[in-house]
Amino acid sequence: MTADWRRLDPRTLRVTLVTMLGVAVVAGVPTTVGLLGTGLPLLVIVPVGAVLLVLGGVGIDWLRWRHTRYRVTDSRVEVRHDFVVHTVKSIPRERVRSVDIDAGPVHRLFGVVKVRIGTGQQDKAGEVITFDPLDRALAERLRGDLLRRTTTEPATAVPGELARLDWAWLRYAPLSVSTPILGAAAFGAVMQVAEWFGVQADVVRAVGGFFASLSVVELVAVLVVIGLVVGVVGSLGLFVEMWWNYRLTRESGALVMRRGLVTTRSLTLEERRVRGLEFVEPLGARLAGAARLDAVATGLRVKDEKGHSVPRSLAPAMPKAKAQALAASILGESPPPTEAAGLTAHPVAARRRRLVWAVSGALAPVAVLALLGVLLTDVLLVIAGVVAVIAVPLAVALGMDAYRNLGHGLRGEYLVARSGAVRRRTVALRRSGVIGWRVVSSPFQRRVGLLNLVAVTSANSGAYEIPDVDAAGLAFADDAVPGVLGQFLDYGPGEAAATDK
Amino acid sequence: MQDSHASPRLRPPRNPVERRAVTWWATQAALWWGGIVVVLAVAAAVIGPARFWLLLAAAVTAVVCLVDALVVSRVRFRVHRWEVTDDAVYARTGWFMQEWRVAPMSRIQTVDTKRGPLEQRFGLSTVTVTTASAHGAIKIPGLDHRMADDLVQTLTAITQATPGDAT
Repeated sequence: MTADWRRLDPRTLRVTLVTMLGVAVVAGVPTTVGLLGTGLPLLVIVPVGAVLLVLGGVGIDWLRWRHTRYRVTDSRVEVRHDFVVHTVKSIPRERVRSVDIDAGPVHRLFGVVKVRIGTGQQDKAGEVITFDPLDRALAERLRGDLLRRTTTEPATAVPGELARLDWAWLRYAPLSVSTPILGAAAFGAVMQVAEWFGVQADVVRAVGGFFASLSVVELVAVLVVIGLVVGVVGSLGLFVEMWWNYRLTRESGALVMRRGLVTTRSLTLEERRVRGLEFVEPLGARLAGAARLDAVATGLRVKDEKGHSVPRSLAPAMPKAKAQALAASILGESPPPTEAAGLTAHPVAARRRRLVWAVSGALAPVAVLALLGVLLTDVLLVIAGVVAVIAVPLAVALGMDAYRNLGHGLRGEYLVARSGAVRRRTVALRRSGVIGWRVVSSPFQRRVGLLNLVAVTSANSGAYEIPDVDAAGLAFADDAVPGVLGQFLDYGPGEAAATDK
Repeated sequence: MQDSHASPRLRPPRNPVERRAVTWWATQAALWWGGIVVVLAVAAAVIGPARFWLLLAAAVTAVVCLVDALVVSRVRFRVHRWEVTDDAVYARTGWFMQEWRVAPMSRIQTVDTKRGPLEQRFGLSTVTVTTASAHGAIKIPGLDHRMADDLVQTLTAITQATPGDAT
């Protein structure tokens, strides 16, 4: 491997040029429209500003490119910036755990990609080196080189394809929360654009005029339907953009996921970092009999540089049986540990807690409405009654469901825990990946002999909770990870309370 | 491994924290809530129209202050306990929510002590034991500072002698 200091791909200037042109147009058009009435002198600002923006952006990028050098030696990956402040970032090659390759539309236009090399401790600053941009072929070679040493480890599973996109899965896309969110966002976007052009009132009037023959209720219904249609189209589009060409493969000891239509993404996950899987069923998908798989692995970025949570999905929502089969082949365990059958149910006291939470959550808005109704107008009392009649049975159903979904157990090398109603999650966590236990209890739980068991792990966000178990749960924790909690347990006679005063 | 049908109890860790931690917690409560009471009282003196409500808020805060300083600090002392065995660190903390934390020696990454200005006056230290998890840190507050230093040395020695990358 060459040890020369090399430059990033010079095509970065073209990428930046196109990006800045786009920014200039997006910012310039509304500004021009806004300034139209003010006369020529102010209008000159727009093209001048646009030119300065583009030249400035490209200039800064040229400086960055000129003063950035990287090299990959036999022992380290290094990147050096020599402009004003001199910095060197360096990661030993044996600590490289992931090489992720992303390419946005502009990058793809010029055949370059963004490479992110991480150590698996990416919550810590300085543990990630980014090369933006590199030639696509060069980046693929670099990934191969950096992750190759893993082949020396005994391969437990055969390489090859684990999953690829089945367009039938598209039917689950509209069932996600993105549908109502995108629908609402569409209305917001229309009003925002209308505001740029100063015609917000006109738009409202036009809509009102168009549907003048409808009553308020009908108008609301029509708008909701339009919103839903837009939302469904939007979430289908989002699915296509996200999961186009989705492939999950196993290559030299790593799981590699490639996907994306406009922006292509690739995620490399060394299998020795994998600590298990999450079998996730959001309510919509669950009602349609679908589930998706999320990775449980150390060093997965939970938050990105801007603090947004990073999706950890290894597969989109697909029929449950397929998801279980995929889980089995990813973990190399058959039957897959994520299967729910045979999990230990939680004590009945947990059901009361869930019902209390759900019903009080439903009654809170009812109480507010009723109070306002007493103080202001009787109409609100009627609305409060209607809300109560609809919301309380739903809450009871959700609470019962949340209790039924609780479960935990041991499957071979895995600890399995399931919880949640609106978003049911079954996590299979490698028992050797549990690096400690936390036991938490509130006074309410202590009164009924319940506690929350929390398996501490270095994977993902760091902890998996097994809520509302009784003292038998402590024995379970001891069985799951021998030699940690056991030495602090008293098996003597006495009441089955978790605490001792 | 025991019979999983028996109902075990989590026994309390062996060692209590220093008795003077009660005074430390009480002082902390008095300074924190007391500060708010003073601000509210000053505001009540200055802002005439809202005087009644500000004084009411100050009175409520003062009650909270007394409860926190006199009762909660004692409950904390009863709950807070810790223990170090040959292969694990074990601590119980909290007062309303109670929390037991166990970290095996082989998973410990760093051990450090912290002494805030108030803790220094009472000769107390807080020992923090971190693992590779974002949620695994064990905090033991209210230790005598010399004992805390010894504890850190012992733990550091043990964990350095333990192989593995603790993930």
